[in-house]
Amino acid sequence: MANQSNRLAAGGRVDRRRPLVFRFDGRRLQGYAGDTLASALLANDVHLVGRSFKYHRPRGILGLGSEEPNALIQLGRGNRTEPNLRATQIELFDGLDAHSQNRWPCLRFDVGAVNSAFHRLFPAGFYYKTFMWPASLWSTYEEVIRHAAGLGRAPEGPDPDRYERMHAHCDVLIAGGGPAGLAAALAAGRSGARVILADEQAEFGGSLLGDDDVTIGGTPAVDWVAEVVAELESMPEVTLLRRATVNGYYDHNYLTIAERVTDHLGVGLPTVPRQRLWKVRAGRVVLATGAIERPLVFRDNDRPGVMLSTAVRGYAVRYGVLAGRRPLIVTGNDDGYRTAFALADRQARVAGIVDLRTDPIGPLVAEAKNRGIEVLAGHSVTATHGGRRIEAAEIAPMTADGSGLAGSTRTLECDVIAMAGGFNPTVHLFSQSRGKLRWDGERAAFLPGTSHEAEVSVGGCAGTSSVTQAIKDGIKAGLDQVRALGHTARQPAAPAVEEHGQGETRPLWLLPSTQPVGRKGKHFVDFQNDVTAADLMLATREGYRSIEHVKRYTTTGMGTDQGKTSNVNALAIVGQSLGVDVPAVGTTTFRAPYTPTTIGAYGGRDVGHLFAPTRTTAMDPWHRANGAKFEHVGDWMRAWYYPKAGETFRQAVDREVTVARNGVALLDASTLGKIDIRGGDAAEFLNRVYTNAWAKLGTGRCRYGFMLKEDGMVMDDGVTTRLADDHFHMTTTTGGAARVMNWLEEYLQTEWPEMDVRLTSVTEQWAVASICGPKCRELLGRLCSDIDLGNDAFPFMAMRDGTVAEIPARVFRISFTGELSFEINVPTRYGLALWEALMTAGADLGITPYGTEAMHVLRAEKGFIIVGQDTDGSVTPLDLGMDWIVSKSKPDFIGKRGLARPDLHKPDRKQLVGLLTEDPTFVLPEGGHVVETVKPKPPMAMLGHVTSSYYSPSAGRSIAMALVKGGHARKGQTLYVPLEGRTIPVTVAGTVFFDPEGSRRDG
Amino acid sequence: MAEAGRRRGPTGKPRYSILALARNALSYHENWQAAWRSPEPKPSYDAIVVGGGGHGLATAYYLASVHGIRNVAVLEKGWIGGGNTGRNTTIIRSNYLWDESAAIYEHALKLWEGLSQELNFNLMFSQRGVITLAHSEHELKEMRRRVEAIRLNGIDTEVLSTADVKKLVPIINTDQGIRHPVMGGFIQRRGGTARHDAVAWGYARAADDLGVDIIQNCEVTGFLKDGNGAIEGVETSRGTIRSKRIGCVAAGHSAVLADLAGFKLPIQARPLQALVSEPIKPVIDTVVMSNAVHMYISQSDKGELVLGAGTDSYNSYAQRGSLNIIEHQLAAACELYPIVSRLRVLRTWGGIVDTCPDASPIVSRTPVDGLYFNCGWGTGGFKATPGSGHVFADLMARDRPNPVAAPFTLERFKGGYLIDEHGAAGVAH
Ligand SMILES: Cc1cc2nc3c(=O)[nH]c(=O)nc-3n(C[C@H](O)[C@H](O)[C@H](O)COP(=O)(O)OP(=O)(O)OC[C@H]3O[C@@H](n4cnc5c(N)ncnc54)[C@H](O)[C@@H]3O)c2cc1C
Repeated sequence: MANQSNRLAAGGRVDRRRPLVFRFDGRRLQGYAGDTLASALLANDVHLVGRSFKYHRPRGILGLGSEEPNALIQLGRGNRTEPNLRATQIELFDGLDAHSQNRWPCLRFDVGAVNSAFHRLFPAGFYYKTFMWPASLWSTYEEVIRHAAGLGRAPEGPDPDRYERMHAHCDVLIAGGGPAGLAAALAAGRSGARVILADEQAEFGGSLLGDDDVTIGGTPAVDWVAEVVAELESMPEVTLLRRATVNGYYDHNYLTIAERVTDHLGVGLPTVPRQRLWKVRAGRVVLATGAIERPLVFRDNDRPGVMLSTAVRGYAVRYGVLAGRRPLIVTGNDDGYRTAFALADRQARVAGIVDLRTDPIGPLVAEAKNRGIEVLAGHSVTATHGGRRIEAAEIAPMTADGSGLAGSTRTLECDVIAMAGGFNPTVHLFSQSRGKLRWDGERAAFLPGTSHEAEVSVGGCAGTSSVTQAIKDGIKAGLDQVRALGHTARQPAAPAVEEHGQGETRPLWLLPSTQPVGRKGKHFVDFQNDVTAADLMLATREGYRSIEHVKRYTTTGMGTDQGKTSNVNALAIVGQSLGVDVPAVGTTTFRAPYTPTTIGAYGGRDVGHLFAPTRTTAMDPWHRANGAKFEHVGDWMRAWYYPKAGETFRQAVDREVTVARNGVALLDASTLGKIDIRGGDAAEFLNRVYTNAWAKLGTGRCRYGFMLKEDGMVMDDGVTTRLADDHFHMTTTTGGAARVMNWLEEYLQTEWPEMDVRLTSVTEQWAVASICGPKCRELLGRLCSDIDLGNDAFPFMAMRDGTVAEIPARVFRISFTGELSFEINVPTRYGLALWEALMTAGADLGITPYGTEAMHVLRAEKGFIIVGQDTDGSVTPLDLGMDWIVSKSKPDFIGKRGLARPDLHKPDRKQLVGLLTEDPTFVLPEGGHVVETVKPKPPMAMLGHVTSSYYSPSAGRSIAMALVKGGHARKGQTLYVPLEGRTIPVTVAGTVFFDPEGSRRDG
Repeated sequence: MAEAGRRRGPTGKPRYSILALARNALSYHENWQAAWRSPEPKPSYDAIVVGGGGHGLATAYYLASVHGIRNVAVLEKGWIGGGNTGRNTTIIRSNYLWDESAAIYEHALKLWEGLSQELNFNLMFSQRGVITLAHSEHELKEMRRRVEAIRLNGIDTEVLSTADVKKLVPIINTDQGIRHPVMGGFIQRRGGTARHDAVAWGYARAADDLGVDIIQNCEVTGFLKDGNGAIEGVETSRGTIRSKRIGCVAAGHSAVLADLAGFKLPIQARPLQALVSEPIKPVIDTVVMSNAVHMYISQSDKGELVLGAGTDSYNSYAQRGSLNIIEHQLAAACELYPIVSRLRVLRTWGGIVDTCPDASPIVSRTPVDGLYFNCGWGTGGFKATPGSGHVFADLMARDRPNPVAAPFTLERFKGGYLIDEHGAAGVAH
């Protein structure tokens, strides 16, 4: 096992007493608890960690956290593997197994690197210009492209881990636990407000964790952090979330936080989810998300070992890892000097400080000179050398405006280059919240401008570079937020901070070299997607000038790092090449999530059996115990048929139908939608939502109704019963129940708020057993003594309250089969008891349960339609031949105007008819289409389609219904249903196939 | 399409090819020309197209290439392709239920086949097949109906068993015990995807080559009419521009434009969201749509999984949607494709879709003479882009509806002859 050659003897926040063993591409390595994979790799002097997307160039670790574009890792194996994780964010655990990606056969010798040799053929957008001939070969080209693209691999099987979503409310949500966020949390917390503080790192402290030259209140900054965190932890109203990225900012201060609960342990725990997605509604939001350092764009700036300056410093200070012993600093501000000193203090021999500024001054510059570090003011890096690791840089003095070189080059050997290009405030969440960004020319950065939500940005993300200021602003923000919410503010004192300033930043977006950009070497802007400055310039040359066009054409900023280090550089280079200011190029919109977020976390527990509700009726246990087969209807499981041993589907259905017509049969009708309607205007309400008249319906009487959409098309149907003057019981189709309820509520709330009507869904409250057949009155009589069941006393389409099997019941005399039939409604908890009582009492009558299939056959024999099967949202009552149900005299109802339109009265509309096959045993397939003239092959003009089709035991033959153009006038005509392989002639008939006189209804 | 003709531009732009790439490589790609000019608007044009999405740019291209009307401007308020064209999930298919829809989408699909070559721009039109799943007895029946209608319309379609689906989509969960088991499906093999931006750019370049002015950052803010109420021009953020023939192709903002022109459209504007995962090596080679589980998926050539679902429930012009839609969609993704659970969402976004009550488009004259509207493509108009532009150019050039577009006039809302793809089509992408 390699020793940790780059690990310093002391220092950093790692626990040297807890060594951890891990693997990278199969190699066993050692790190310490507290390391990230990136710091542990660097400790072992591993810089080459990946290959770039397009050219397969060797790449190393660039950054320290979520901004990392290069170091993408495939973690773990099998079902638990995860692609594209940033090594800079993976916390080391014992046994961690990491692999590099996008290389074959291995990282050091990657065949894909031949792309690099042909790189000149592959400028931005090259694929739009080629692979077109011959056209037929595109699918072959595409397959090659697809296999070359993509980064890591997906897991091999289902995810063994669990996720959850969590709702929370708070007064103040603070995103980011650096100095500004901690100060805000302290101020808000001390005032007693409910605070959530979330930070994506394992520890709070933010940038302070990577600096050792800042003291707060006279002690090292990290001690201040520890004190503050301890105090926050003692506050009951404060929730501290670590490893928790505030990743989405939605309307009305609704934010999401992705918390990685167990990832750092390497194994899942049985009691907690792997990740948790917090959904927080916050009174106020404080954004304290800091800033991300910008890389510098110089020739071949992508070699392993070329890193962000704060990262090089952070690895040294926080992890005790010296990324290189001969670092070269390239900086546009004073911050680079801090890195130089931090490294020099840790035995590095600084190769020099290349300062982009012509005439840098200030204490840090003076200190560099005192320390004997060479400062190369006004210089540019003109080239770099090295293969799998940076070995040297060429530098040269620049002209005053920075656009060219003013002297000869010189080579400096180095094993790390630290780039300090200035900072980009992390304004992503602010932008997601629809806040407007503004460009600050002096700071050369986008800053939060006008807010859209109740939110404030403080610290680095507001453009502040000083810890003093960040803490002050944090405290103020915390206090302001709690005051705004009506809390009494209690002000913590701002501690005294000692720190170095950043000095002036010279934003030099493209460092000059000896060759024009694009000629020799590559100036990378987006490391992950291999987008160079030349690519950006090519895009503008070719007319892709809006930044969105440039992004899409070159793919800059479209990688998994979402352009955290590249976007502003790209904007500026595009601006330069167009000769306009950065704001004129535009800003790109930031979209959720801030960092890529696990799909499973969004799904939460809504997977597997919790994905969608399965609704079952009170009688369900009986159906199951008695061998029913089920079908899904909407969310419901309905008994489909009840086969006896050895019976086929058809045999079972035929038997059930036959009993329903000749004896007594029992259906579980509980799933029908039921809505309780009350209020003085209830009758008028029904008048408006149904097509027929309801005002005169007597108490205790039922009526069948159609609801139309505004366009005059049938939407739902059902029987509604008047229970009292101001009280109705409505039924809807099973699948349409929720839709109808929403529809009625929408009309009540938005169109007719003046109506006195209240709606309650009671679908779940009533269990319904429907008995049908000539013997059903006898059966009911055995169980019910308080209702007179005679035809005169209890006529068709009436309802009676009574007691059935000693259960209080509403009994409806309605029929969906054409037989004498009673629908017995009882409170759901008695449903099973009622069912069992009916089965017992009817045993000697041969009572038979029937399922939805037999129900369909029974209703089709009578020509009763099913909304959603015989209609599809494009069928009017007239098309169904049900003109009688549409009132001609009512002043209005929903759909009246739509229905009045002339095209809906044309004779060639598709109309519902019956179809009879020549062969009475042949059952047409539902969905088959009807034509007048059969052609040898398609296309053929279609007249319509078969909506319902069954074998009818009662009619002794197959029956079908169809929607056919001009169907009502075609009775008797022969039409054809062309199926694949054969054509079936059919005769157009009426839709009633059994008992046309309706003589069986009264038993 | 021979009718559309080969591009022979007066500007004589060099063609794209591997040879052109090689040649330009020698000069370090410093000599490529702009794909389209960015001219100042002229005071007047023979025709103006408002809206530089795919449909608008295609309209301009066909006006120039088919009808020889070349003095044309496309006015785009932002950047071309920045509306739904650049936000959609690019599913292309023509297997619609109703004859009228099938005709117009098939017209488009035939144009897609060969469009890269015609435009000399690789649109990455990929006929990788589009599968629609069925999850219940009811959906199987609906599917049979659709498959029969599609077949008899002469459009390719194939029924798939659960095992067939599994073969084509190895990562799909075909366990029959799940809440919405995969019980079968059907595929249109000629369906697939294309690169959305390339469609806008390819049409723009080809139209520009024929003399069309593409004018970006130019928002139409009003309409000019003559004494008889006929169209005379537009007011824009870049001044007045005159024309007696104006076509509006503004998708989500169509109703806003109609309002400016003085009439109303039966259109609702709602956010529709989509998202992509981080790129991974290929796991799915076709497009799969599901209605009951309410999501659809494909994988881009870059390796990102592209996932979509239904519209948000609230009308809005903000190009963003609500989280609950994303949550549901991703739970659905985990349910049907369990391996995606550990992958990560990279980007989410929304577009504003323009939906008619019958979920079919409007390609029509309007109450204002000389003013035409092409809109209402809603959640599924990307696939129609070439066909829509082609028939709309025809309408604008001849002032009478092209036969394929004739059912899609505004008159249908008065007469009632709706083409209701809502009721029947399920997920309408
Ligand atoms: C998330 C999502 C997924 C989708 N998925 C699919 C799919 O898989 N398959 C499919 O076929 N379809 C899909 N669609 C639908 C499809 O994107 C659209 O139907 C289609 O792109 C519309 O094209 P267009 O050119 O008409 O509109 P757009 O591309 O939106 O173009 C309209 C243009 O008009 C401009 N404009 C508006 N107002 C003005 C004005 N006043 N002045 C000047 N310019 C103006 C806009 O800026 C815009 O550029 C999806 C849509 C979305 C949002």
